Amino acid sequence: MKKGDYDLVIIGGGPAGLTAGLYAARARLNVIMIEKVVPGGQVLVTDLVENYPGFPEGIGGAELVQKITEQVKKFELNIENNEVVSVDLSEQVKKIQLGDRIITTDTIIIATGASPTKLNIPGEDNFYGKGVSFCATCDGPFFKDRILAAIGGGDTAVQESIFLTRFAKKVYIIHRRDQLRANKTLQERAFANEKIEFVWDSVVTSIEGSSDVEKISIKNIKTGETKQLGVDGCFVWVGIQPNTDFLKDTVALDELGFVIVDKNMQTSVSGVYAAGDARDTPLRQITTAVGDAAIAVSSAEHYISKI
Amino acid sequence: MAKDILEIDEGSFVSEVLEDEKPVLVDFWAPWCGPCRAIGPMLEELETVFGDKIKFTKCNVDNNPVTPGKYGIKAIPTLIFFKKGKVVEQITGVVAKTKLEETIHKVLQEI
Repeated sequence: MKKGDYDLVIIGGGPAGLTAGLYAARARLNVIMIEKVVPGGQVLVTDLVENYPGFPEGIGGAELVQKITEQVKKFELNIENNEVVSVDLSEQVKKIQLGDRIITTDTIIIATGASPTKLNIPGEDNFYGKGVSFCATCDGPFFKDRILAAIGGGDTAVQESIFLTRFAKKVYIIHRRDQLRANKTLQERAFANEKIEFVWDSVVTSIEGSSDVEKISIKNIKTGETKQLGVDGCFVWVGIQPNTDFLKDTVALDELGFVIVDKNMQTSVSGVYAAGDARDTPLRQITTAVGDAAIAVSSAEHYISKI
Repeated sequence: MAKDILEIDEGSFVSEVLEDEKPVLVDFWAPWCGPCRAIGPMLEELETVFGDKIKFTKCNVDNNPVTPGKYGIKAIPTLIFFKKGKVVEQITGVVAKTKLEETIHKVLQEI
């Protein structure tokens, strides 16, 4: 039987990819992980992870990544800094086009995760790094005693807004609905925080300023009323988009672009699996990503043993 | 083996960055910034390749708030390429190594 260069190629190095790497390396598969930027993914920008078991005091996102990476390196996982441009899954031996060469493999785990959704409003791109940010831990400290806007109402938006109040004198949470989607613990903390003011039923329509962010325009979607708020920074947490563009026309995706898998994490193509935020899943957490990854590797091993 | 990148501060910024004959890359970072810590090893790797053409430095914004303020930095990591004291390229946020290499080549070509 014709075999690929690798038993398994893991695409992406966030919690799902790293965990897949851990399981695969321990299983002594001939495996390589391809990471485009640096291992860690979205967790890198999370200030505090409180729902990953084993850390009663919570753990910083970057710190958790560092620990998982250390653990993975102990088992000598081969990690390459490269980009997957496209994949060809038409034959049993799958081809992966990297930035500089093609590699072949029997199985693939797609663990490319997701990226923050942009607002796509005027000013967002121009003021990125000049007041517009997606990372509170990175950029929050630049806004000591300043006024900030945080956009969104989910876990990330609320948790990171609470973090921002360590520095800012005021944080407006601007949310398009009249209640939060965030979990109750976070909601209670946010409602009790005197520095946080909620702007309900509203969307931001533009971000303005001269060299840096100075104000935002918001619109109440129930009343149609518009107003401007003077802010020094604008943090955007309105959800995520899957990093699956490179998969176009290869595996089945849902209407939002997430990879559809079965209970074994197998995609519409045999020997190709997906794990973590990139797949269609009712919950996107570190805990669910690592669980997906373990199942995906087990399925891949099973598949490899049969070919 | 990659060596540690030269740490500069407010006091040495002029002599180490602005007055250097070679192009200088300054990585504005802080210990509390996860992505900054994550790109550290990538910069060390790039230094082993391009270190003879570009001087790699890093500046802790926590200990040195004036310089980042001067360059309008409100987000980190921010990488700024200086040539004879002037800003020629600026990258904010974590980017792929290929993008960094591209920028380095660009900086080296614009002489």
